[in-house]
Amino acid sequence: MVVWTDFERTAIQDIFSKIDYAVVGQAAFSRCLIVYPWTKRYFGGFGNLYNAAAITSNPRVASHGKVIMEALEKAVKDMDNIKATYAELSALHSEKLQVDPDNFMLLGHCLTIVVASQLGKAFTPEVHAAFQKFLAVVVSSLRKQYY
Amino acid sequence: MSLSAKDKEIVKAFWAKVSGRADNIGGDAVARMLTVYPQTKTYFSHWKDLSPSSAPVRKHGGMVAATITDAVNKIDDLAGSLLTLSELHAFTLRVDPANFKVLSHNLLVVLSTTFPNDFTPEVHVAIDKFLTAVALALSEKYR
Repeated sequence: MVVWTDFERTAIQDIFSKIDYAVVGQAAFSRCLIVYPWTKRYFGGFGNLYNAAAITSNPRVASHGKVIMEALEKAVKDMDNIKATYAELSALHSEKLQVDPDNFMLLGHCLTIVVASQLGKAFTPEVHAAFQKFLAVVVSSLRKQYY
Repeated sequence: MSLSAKDKEIVKAFWAKVSGRADNIGGDAVARMLTVYPQTKTYFSHWKDLSPSSAPVRKHGGMVAATITDAVNKIDDLAGSLLTLSELHAFTLRVDPANFKVLSHNLLVVLSTTFPNDFTPEVHVAIDKFLTAVALALSEKYR
């Protein structure tokens, strides 16, 4: 059972209330495809992902980035039940999409970097720690249904 | 994932922007690492104060930053330039090399907060590759 301190709850909810899902989603997801190019393997149907410029201007990347943020919001809205919230998504990622679960934290890193650039000084080490804990719980829940 | 000529160019150009504030950036990265990944504190039990503003934390951050600046200047021979430090980390400090990735990640976050416009995805990938190469050079003498 994950125990959240009041500080952590507030920090996470605060971050998600401040960020624009379309902007941050597109920035984080495209950054992941650029910085960790092997992650492109899961997005063969997305069209031109040939180089950074193509990825940055790709509309499917942008819309999928937003989808990811909206999925993360589900966890933020029910922080005490993240495992249950993601049971279906976990099965989807393991059985249908067959994503190597080590990749989840790669996207997590890129999201951290983008949130950091948006919040600047407000992304203190303590807020960063709360965000890191949140991502770890999300990743662990997504890994749950893997054999 | 070795550094291409283009990567080296990007790293040198970006680090030139960093150089004035390298000390602070190093300090912030070490402080952040100790807060966000508390397991890393186990290597610094000899410091009385592990808070972000403590003197040993800031000083150590400065040392890390100076080493990275030096590595940027010797980017064509990282293994050679980091040999002594590698021996130190391998035989005396015995830091699990997995932690190098952790400090690197925190450096990237600090660079992102300090240079939100300059730390583009292209710069991010070049710096990430560079820090990975530095970590590899640092692991050279481990076994």
